[in-house]
Amino acid sequence: MARRVKTLFIANRGEIAVRIIRAAKELGLKTVQAHSLADAESLAVKLADIAVNIGPPSASKSYLNVDAVVAAAVASGADAVHPGYGFLAENARFAEAVEAAGLVFVGPTPHQIRMMGDKVSALEAAIAAGVPTVPGSRGRVETPEEAAKVVERTGFPVMIKASAGGGGRGIRVANSRDEFDRLMPQASAEALAAFGDGGLYIEKFVSSARHVEVQVLGDGHDVVHFFERECSLQRRRQKVWEEAPAAMLPEDVRMRLCQSAVDLAKAVNYRGAGTIEYLYDETTREFYFLEMNTRIQVEHPVTEMITGYDLVREMIRISMGERLRMRQSDIVMRGHALECRINAEDPAKGFMPAPGTIDSLAIPGGAGVRFDTLLYQGYTVPPFYDSLLGKLIVWDENREAALDRMQRALNELKIGGLKTTKPLHLALAADPDVRAARFDTQFLEAWLEHRAAMLEDQ
Amino acid sequence: MATKDILSPLPGTFYRKPSPDAAPYKKEGDAVKKGDVIGLIEVMKSFHEVHADADGTIASFIAENEEPVMAGQPLMTLNI
Repeated sequence: MARRVKTLFIANRGEIAVRIIRAAKELGLKTVQAHSLADAESLAVKLADIAVNIGPPSASKSYLNVDAVVAAAVASGADAVHPGYGFLAENARFAEAVEAAGLVFVGPTPHQIRMMGDKVSALEAAIAAGVPTVPGSRGRVETPEEAAKVVERTGFPVMIKASAGGGGRGIRVANSRDEFDRLMPQASAEALAAFGDGGLYIEKFVSSARHVEVQVLGDGHDVVHFFERECSLQRRRQKVWEEAPAAMLPEDVRMRLCQSAVDLAKAVNYRGAGTIEYLYDETTREFYFLEMNTRIQVEHPVTEMITGYDLVREMIRISMGERLRMRQSDIVMRGHALECRINAEDPAKGFMPAPGTIDSLAIPGGAGVRFDTLLYQGYTVPPFYDSLLGKLIVWDENREAALDRMQRALNELKIGGLKTTKPLHLALAADPDVRAARFDTQFLEAWLEHRAAMLEDQ
Repeated sequence: MATKDILSPLPGTFYRKPSPDAAPYKKEGDAVKKGDVIGLIEVMKSFHEVHADADGTIASFIAENEEPVMAGQPLMTLNI
């Protein structure tokens, strides 16, 4: 069913708002940019056809305010809403409110958002679709006999977690059956003391895990994948550096991984752009489902660079009722792409946020270089939102050439007036382990422990 | 009696309480010691404590809870 969309309302800010405006303009759509009082001078506001103030600087009163955003979208005369990432992008109530107001939501159905947003129902959907999940008890274990049965199945090491726990509290790792028998009663007693609930669950511990994720696009009927990304370089569970494809993934594992993502998305008749995230254990070559993100992701450009498709434009087309314009066999990957997140943070001072005014700006260019940013010279970066200033993305024929190109592009990038994470990326691009793709999700924090102090900007 | 303003060390959003449901760190009339936490500044999604830089008694708050503030903006006045 084709739905006529002429005007797109962008319910987000920053670089992704700019990205969406560009895709919409290429489709001949009129753009309406929602903005808080603090974002009246943003690049997105300047690029959009119309700008609408949706509230005060605090995100809870503007970008996160469902009623204000929907009312502004309706009043603007828009017929579709793009939620970007973060804010209300994975809020099923928002998607419902947009549709109830008679507008098109550029994304999945509210039901799909809800199902994948809930850990338990997402895991159930993955298991039903035959997607591998981390082996474990899949629920509370009450007795030592039950626990013994579980570890016979999972093998070691295993993680023992308190059902009522959180934030890493009450987690123990057992490397053998002896250790397990010793730690299990302790964990139960500790959980009872700390949370008033001695319930535990058990999960296989993946000691050296890499973060891989598969990009999919669905039209509610068919689903295709655009291969995988690797995002193992993380700090405080925030991705810092992303790549496509995952350098260490054997071809047969890649095929199974991507197929499992398609299977899951197909099983729920997925609509829009989505990402299925996995843990990958390099030693056993096993991958395990983590979660599905039902939105466009920050790191989508690396996928665009190796496949040549514009994912944001495609997701808008799908929301207008179009069927997928490509078959799986049309999608081939070529070369290697890297993305460095340039944040307004001082890596030499514990990544202290550094809002401020951009007094000079040199944006890198040349072959295979893309900089998705919210910056312009003279712009004042507000302190109220996240610290992402831009994403420096490069493509080249292979990973080694892409690393050299990234170093060249980082050296061309000059952001004057505030501290950025550029020195971190220059050091990573030159690091022997990074160049050899020898890292896991724990790598960066350990690496930073003795190098952060040397990452002074300018 | 002399007064002294406590200034925001950072731009961001000023909070008088550690969490939305908690009691404020300090009320008007409370005695403070140098180094006491008197509020939080949220800047780019990270939270930073604001410390009193003198001993005294809180005369008045200048910035409200959840108010956007600039670096160097007065948050409260102390009688010292």
